Amino acid sequence: MYQLIVIGGGPAGLAAALKAKEEGLENILILERDKELGGILNQCIHNGFGLHYFKEELTGPEYAGRFIAQLEGTGIEVKADTMVLDITAREDGVKVVSAVNGAEGYMTLETATVVLAMGCRERTRGAISIPGARCAGVYTAGAAQHFLNMEGYMVGKRVVILGSGDIGLIMARRMTLEGAKVLACVELMPYSGGLNRNIVQCLNDYDIPLYLSHTVVDIRGKDRVEQVVVAKVGPDRKPVPGTEMVFDCDTLLLSVGLIPENELSRQANVVMDPRTNGAVVYENMETSLPGVFACGNVVHVHDLVDFVTAESQRAGAAAAAWVKNGPAASARTIELKNGAGVGYTVPQKLRLDAVDKAEIFFRVRQVYGNASIRVMDGEKQLAAFKREHMAPGEMERITLPRKLLEMAAGDTLTVEIAEA
Amino acid sequence: MKELICIVCPKGCHLKVDEENNYAVTGNACPRGAEYGAAELQHPVRVLTSTVKLNGAARRCPVKTNGSIPKGLLFEAMRVLDDVELTAPVTVGQVVVPDLLGTGVDVVATKSFA
Ligand SMILES: Cc1cc2nc3c(=O)[nH]c(=O)nc-3n(C[C@H](O)[C@H](O)[C@H](O)COP(=O)(O)OP(=O)(O)OC[C@H]3O[C@@H](n4cnc5c(N)ncnc54)[C@H](O)[C@@H]3O)c2cc1C
Ligand code: SF4
Repeated sequence: MYQLIVIGGGPAGLAAALKAKEEGLENILILERDKELGGILNQCIHNGFGLHYFKEELTGPEYAGRFIAQLEGTGIEVKADTMVLDITAREDGVKVVSAVNGAEGYMTLETATVVLAMGCRERTRGAISIPGARCAGVYTAGAAQHFLNMEGYMVGKRVVILGSGDIGLIMARRMTLEGAKVLACVELMPYSGGLNRNIVQCLNDYDIPLYLSHTVVDIRGKDRVEQVVVAKVGPDRKPVPGTEMVFDCDTLLLSVGLIPENELSRQANVVMDPRTNGAVVYENMETSLPGVFACGNVVHVHDLVDFVTAESQRAGAAAAAWVKNGPAASARTIELKNGAGVGYTVPQKLRLDAVDKAEIFFRVRQVYGNASIRVMDGEKQLAAFKREHMAPGEMERITLPRKLLEMAAGDTLTVEIAEA
Repeated sequence: MKELICIVCPKGCHLKVDEENNYAVTGNACPRGAEYGAAELQHPVRVLTSTVKLNGAARRCPVKTNGSIPKGLLFEAMRVLDDVELTAPVTVGQVVVPDLLGTGVDVVATKSFA
């Protein structure tokens, strides 16, 4: 029997496994369905990773490579090319993980704890239902990134990008450098969902126009995309007739968001948060299933891998503590609610006796100039944090010391934004 | 006064650069932002990342410049990479193109292949 099985060998899974080992666990197994470890970072060949954690700017493969190199000599077992199919918690508390691979076939593995680190996947054309012809040439930005950066194939020459998420922005630059013409990046919302630095260095640097409050209303073409029609949207986000622009292009890339990959979690009856599409977690990244932890993009979509690493180390340490000391007990649990302007918080629940300082991550719902993040106990303000700029594309973080949490009269606190 | 967004790290601080006052920078959360703001208005530079052919392998080898190069040289640099072919083993950090276009900056591999 294993002490810990980690599902997913991306940066989240790697950090969790390494930390659990450091904290004294001996029998650790990482299961990864891809041929190699590293997760999505293998195709993110651009730089910008690791500034917080390593204090230097690394590319995705370099960042993953550092953790993969650390595995050596730890005795952490890795099964790549192995797909996890199911997790069940037995009545005696043991978790049973079933998985399959080409060499060993179907297997069931027993473990004391599980870390869920399956990452996320992209929303597709179907998920946002774009009208128009069902022709070839419509890709998610991440699929195009995989083709180009890993296999060496360009998916098209004249490109329109729908959605201004980071993957789309990064691909606008990447395809331009490889000789494609990127005609436009089209965003439904009045602000971009991507990091500011990516707008500057991926669009502005190459004079690629960003059309905010616009969307794709038609895709035309017989076998391959020939034209994409873009229109302005009103405040109701519905297309405004008469504002159509036609782009002659052969490719439409979709960068319309990521969804945590939680089929396994749902099957295992882990309680989910409809706002994050990830598991509801406690301060130590434990889910509603005792001894099952979750971290990284499978919990909530991160834009900085450094935060993925930090969060995952907490999950790994918590799994080790669970094996050594048993479940975390607490007389009091505080639930964090979202007030005005806050989309979600992670963690959602804090067991007071287990908290020293709680790091709370969240996203705001709109762009703010000078504003403050307030922690409220009903009408009473317990803390306020000033920010000069906040945007939905950038994850926010506040730290709440236990003393402050203990001031709550009931068992909920609300995090909200107040404009200055 | 020029407003810029710092691209040195994903935090993306909103900078104000005063061209009349020796390119003094405000709004930066760390010294790297001050350096970036002053340089961006005088001689903009970028790090280039791309891939090169890896002979006998199904996958490309990712590479980067191990320092910034002038923004105006990016496309020329991409053409240099078109002709580069590597054969495994490759070690991360290995120099793939020394002194790219006379910039003094090397192109290095960002992944190891056994
Ligand atoms: C295009 C793009 C650009 C980015 N740019 C930046 C940037 O510039 N700077 C930055 O700091 N961050 C960036 N990020 C964010 C960062 O890369 C991610 O937050 C991070 O990779 C998430 O790590 P993860 O381990 O949670 O998920 P992943 O890296 O997705 O890893 C999950 C792993 O789980 C495996 N898996 C899933 N299901 C199963 C199963 N059933 N069985 C077995 N294995 C399974 C998958 O194969 C995968 O390897 C970017 C992300 C993307 C997508
Ligand atoms: S000023 Fe410093 S912290 Fe702010 S974006 Fe630039 S490098 Fe990052």
